[in-house]
Amino acid sequence: MKRSSIVILSAVVVLFLVSWILKGASFSGDDNPYLRGFLTTAAAFLTLAVFSFLYQDNPFYKFAEHLFVGVSAAYWMVLGFWQTLVRNLIPRLSSDLAAWFETPSKDISLWYIIPVIFGLLLLMRLSKSAGWISRWPLALIIGYTAGINFVGYMRSDFVNQIAATFVPLLVNWQGTGAFFSDFSLAIDGQFVMMLSNWVIFVGVMCGLIYFFFSKEHTGLFGSASRVGIWILMITFGASFGYTVMGRISLLVGRLTFLFRDWLELIG
Amino acid sequence: MIFDVPLLLLAAGSEATAGTYVSLLVIGLGLLALLYVSIKAIEVDRRVIFLFIFLSVSVPILFPITFEEQATPVVKRAFDHIENLPEGSRVLLSFDFDPAMAPEVQPMADAIMRHALAKNHKVIFMSLWATGQGLLDQTMRRILPVEFPDKIDGRDYVSVGYTAGNEGVLNVIVSDFKKMFPSDVNSVPLDSIEIFEGVSSCRDLDLVVTFGGGKPGAKEWVLFVGDRASVPVAVGVAAVVAPQMYPYFPDQVVGILGGIKGAAEYESELIKQYPQFAERGTPGLVMMGPQTLAHVVIIAFIVFGNVAYFVGRRREMKR
Repeated sequence: MKRSSIVILSAVVVLFLVSWILKGASFSGDDNPYLRGFLTTAAAFLTLAVFSFLYQDNPFYKFAEHLFVGVSAAYWMVLGFWQTLVRNLIPRLSSDLAAWFETPSKDISLWYIIPVIFGLLLLMRLSKSAGWISRWPLALIIGYTAGINFVGYMRSDFVNQIAATFVPLLVNWQGTGAFFSDFSLAIDGQFVMMLSNWVIFVGVMCGLIYFFFSKEHTGLFGSASRVGIWILMITFGASFGYTVMGRISLLVGRLTFLFRDWLELIG
Repeated sequence: MIFDVPLLLLAAGSEATAGTYVSLLVIGLGLLALLYVSIKAIEVDRRVIFLFIFLSVSVPILFPITFEEQATPVVKRAFDHIENLPEGSRVLLSFDFDPAMAPEVQPMADAIMRHALAKNHKVIFMSLWATGQGLLDQTMRRILPVEFPDKIDGRDYVSVGYTAGNEGVLNVIVSDFKKMFPSDVNSVPLDSIEIFEGVSSCRDLDLVVTFGGGKPGAKEWVLFVGDRASVPVAVGVAAVVAPQMYPYFPDQVVGILGGIKGAAEYESELIKQYPQFAERGTPGLVMMGPQTLAHVVIIAFIVFGNVAYFVGRRREMKR
């Protein structure tokens, strides 16, 4: 290890200990102030470790990253055991075992052996020679998921979405005179509603034309296709805008934690 | 959001402090310096951009800048739906998120929970995410005893918690709620809970509101419960998911709260109708200060990038 690395690591350790002691003292009213102080300090230092990647890749970031992945995996494994095996499976197979795990018993059903067998077959993936067996339960999972989702997607994402595209292009149309005399840019006004419906209609049509490759994109068809690209770009732009907002929100969340819970700069 | 004065003066209408003005001045001057650098076509280190984003987010946290919000139709419809339901309606709130999503989604959950309880609806809490259960418990402990001490567990609200099964849970509760949730979180059988009288499945609910941004989440609620059982569904989703939900509005979802902006709009509408909640904290509205300033900085950098590009291209052409 380089001398500079040792100095940085020592400084981080010292800062951590100082923060731990100070935070522990600030939680003096709690049952276990120094445990809470340790957890808050650890959360703050891990946050800073993740942020340190913005400067450059470094061991602190790698430590935080590995810790996160490890803890997540362990958390989900424990959860899978207690929520799925103990809570859902064991009470169906043995009331004695359910009592031992202190989980409410349910009606015994030996049909639940089947998912256990499939679960064990999935674990065959860990074996080089018997790995192929895991493909059978995997195929069942994929088939079941596709089958169960098919109806939902057909109804909600296909039929209902097509129905939602059939919008009136002339909303509450009472003639040109009435349209201009009652002209309003209000969000629920006739003009905005019509504009919105036209955007949906033209946007869907041009978007579909862009993805229609059985005809050369020239002439009027090509123009519609280019409008389709614009529609897609605007959509991606809106999505990106939302993504930026989401990321900033997460940053606000972490900085609020650092400033409020750790440094106590704000109330 | 109402921008009726230049950004640097926006703070004047809020609880601006000297620190706000000094910080905004530093950020503004820094951006001007960067514009100069861009015009000179000098490459800017990406860490400078990170520094500006850090400043633009931390300044409004340390010296709050607040803006007035106006609920957009997608949010207003969700609000109106809860507002117009008759008292005693059964509203299910599903906490389908984890701590990583909480900064965005928790303010929505708080606001809608307050609204539903203030309207005296019967609220059923659940979670499709294991991580959601902990956040749900925290939310209930934080809000219920303090703000709604007269509400009784089992009569006015109930938490059935989390159960494993993801979309499978939805596929079952759409026709039989008690099959997936035989008891509430305190192991009290649902049959003996007053709130579940006459409720056997999701079809008997008056509204489902799901908070989240992952899978299973808003989309699965629409696919497997909303459309299938003709139950009105409102969604409060993380910003990255919001664009995927817009096609479902208004026929398949009654309202969308997209990201922290959606939360802020809902909070704004809530405190208009129920001013008592303004004192309880409006994290969504508070977060819009950092959001706005960060977006202004990002837009400034996009402009600078374009300036640098066109200046560079002109120089190339001159050569």
